[in-house]
Amino acid sequence: MTGDLQVRAENRVVIAHIYTSTAAIALGAVFGVFQGFSRAGAVAAPSWFDYYRILTMHGVLMALVFTTFFITGLCLFVTYRAIPRERKLTIGWIGWLVMLVGTAMAAVEILAGNATVLYTFYAPLKASPWFYIGATILVLGTWVVAYEIFENVVYWRKTNPGKPVPLVVFCAAATFVMWIVATLGVVAEMVMLIPWAFGWVPTINVLLTRLFFWYFGHPLVYFWIMGAYIIWYNIIPTRYGGNTFSDGLTRLTFVMLILLSTPVGIHHEFMEPGISSAWKALFTVTTYGVAIPSFITAFAIFASFELAAIKQGRKGFIATVKSLPWSDPAFAGAGYGMLLFILGGFGGLVNASYGMDAVVHNTIWIVGHFHVTVGGPVALTFLGAAYWMIPRLTGRALWKPEWALMQTRLWFIGMLIMSFSMHFAGLLGAPRRTAEVSYQGAAVAQAWHPYMTVAAAGGVFLFLSILMFVAVALGTLLQNRKTEPMEAAFAVSATPPAATPAALQHLFRWGLIAFAFAVIVYAGPIGEIIRHPGYGVAGMRTW
Amino acid sequence: MHVHRYERWWMIFGVGMLIGFLALLAFAAVANSIVPPSGMEQIDPKLVAQTPPFNHPGLRRLSDGSYEAYYIAQVFAFDPPVLTIPQGAKVTFYVTSTDVVHGFFIPGTAVNMMVVPGWVNTQTHVFRRAGEYLLICHEYCGIGHQNMFGKIEVTRR
Ligand code: HEM
Ligand SMILES: [Cu+2]
Ligand SMILES: [Cu+2]
Repeated sequence: MTGDLQVRAENRVVIAHIYTSTAAIALGAVFGVFQGFSRAGAVAAPSWFDYYRILTMHGVLMALVFTTFFITGLCLFVTYRAIPRERKLTIGWIGWLVMLVGTAMAAVEILAGNATVLYTFYAPLKASPWFYIGATILVLGTWVVAYEIFENVVYWRKTNPGKPVPLVVFCAAATFVMWIVATLGVVAEMVMLIPWAFGWVPTINVLLTRLFFWYFGHPLVYFWIMGAYIIWYNIIPTRYGGNTFSDGLTRLTFVMLILLSTPVGIHHEFMEPGISSAWKALFTVTTYGVAIPSFITAFAIFASFELAAIKQGRKGFIATVKSLPWSDPAFAGAGYGMLLFILGGFGGLVNASYGMDAVVHNTIWIVGHFHVTVGGPVALTFLGAAYWMIPRLTGRALWKPEWALMQTRLWFIGMLIMSFSMHFAGLLGAPRRTAEVSYQGAAVAQAWHPYMTVAAAGGVFLFLSILMFVAVALGTLLQNRKTEPMEAAFAVSATPPAATPAALQHLFRWGLIAFAFAVIVYAGPIGEIIRHPGYGVAGMRTW
Repeated sequence: MHVHRYERWWMIFGVGMLIGFLALLAFAAVANSIVPPSGMEQIDPKLVAQTPPFNHPGLRRLSDGSYEAYYIAQVFAFDPPVLTIPQGAKVTFYVTSTDVVHGFFIPGTAVNMMVVPGWVNTQTHVFRRAGEYLLICHEYCGIGHQNMFGKIEVTRR
């Protein structure tokens, strides 16, 4: 067994990540609730801090900072706990520090109004070069964390020859293998953007930057989803006395996610000129493919519920659902998240068909969709998991666990209200990313106005929910009620890991195959752009 | 690896559903020619105002009775701001930008394009319902993005 001091030192690294992510979601929620009111026409942003600066902060804080710091923290936590050893934590700390410095640089530029380019920073909107450099440093920081996790996988293999890596560490490492493949895209984009933002090159190929962005942007979503799946497969079953349904199936799911997450990004560019219809059709096919690991997950999760219910002598769908610990905040976070994910999944199949996409592309429908898939399942799973992790990290009892439970319920209800009304308004044509949507009283705009008001009300629920989360997270530190050191037990597979095919163990090899696969699928559209590069665009600051 | 029987059925169901969706899409693409807008025409964004036909943006009637509409998107307005067309007209839109990326979206229709400087995007639509349509920029393009919209008036026949 490793010493208590070692575990506490490791915990401090993880606490740094998790509380940074808490700060990000808290601040992001302030901006989020404001956006709801602005779009409903109830408030207007002041000229010294306009709506789009607010929206850039919200997108960056939520999509890039909250999620990333939570996943780095979670993956370090499971790796440290599942592979206990005396280890140096220098790399762990450097990773966090680099991520923080990058985040701070980008945030300063956004707050100062030098980077009002939203979290997608589409060229030729031209931000301060320090914004792009900050974002790049944030990504490089995650690579340092990835190194720390991979190093532990290599250590395990050396010290446990022939034994598979613990399932939870396998999942964490797979998530970062996928992440490395995906972030190569955004780094390539930054290599184009930074010299251009400094003025060293006069023009930029807009289509290529957009293509690189979405090469990264879609797997970014799968990075979050894999973070949630780590929790669903490995932590949640322990809350109802269950098992991971199958070791092999779980590893297969994660390997499929490594392979299929990246070669899909062009489905975000269906309405784009300069990419021919044939390539768009190809990416429709790959997009449907990436739904398969999620189908498997839906099965495996419910099968795990059912096995546990049968153990307790209960049978049938209703009895199974009722047997789950809905009043445990850690379970409730994930459980409500799963319910939202089922709703969101159907919307996703709709978006991926370009006939439908033409009706909803860049409308608020899309925003409703990703709040019900990401803001819902992922964020809520993370918040629930935080209630499980924080006592294990701080050695303190959770302050007001009943608030924690209330928080998950408020989030679930708020998300249903906000995202349903966004879906309806989007079908009527209300655009996203717009400070106010009245269009001087045009008739169609009047039709979607009530939905915008309801969405704003949903946002208030979400905001209150985040306030409660922050209260519990900080209250736990302040209250300082010490508990016995708590173990972090991970779910055990119902089938022995020995039955898992060896081919599924070779994570790094799958990473290389995934990259090769992405390059092959992208070779078509990239080749097309390089053969017809078109006119370089100088870019400008339009804010 | 042992795969449970229900699990296999579920996976077959899942994959089958995906293939079904794809088949539907392929059918729609062929039968109703629903294909995404993929303008492949290029134009120098600095010279849009001098390049025909964008030097005279607006509506053009073709000999077969259909129309072409040429639009310039520029911070923060569309040129032409208002377009008047008869009910039932089949209109092919050609849109380009002189500065940053804009959107071109007519709520209530499937006219939905990204407008990228250097490229001409294109899409065709038949306006069957008379009345006033809104044309909006639905991609963030700068501080006045919410003011970037136009009108399309479809007159009763
Ligand atoms: C308090 C909770 C939240 C509220 C009230 C909220 C509200 C909103 C609203 C109204 C918009 C649309 C703004 C527009 O398009 O004009 C938006 C955009 C967005 N939200 Fe949230 N949101 C919340 C939480 C989250 C969470 C948890 C995430 C992700 C983890 C998230 C990610 C995003 C992203 C990526 C965008 C798009 C930004 C863009 O278009 O550039 N939000 N949010
Ligand atoms: Cu996507
Ligand atoms: Cu705009």
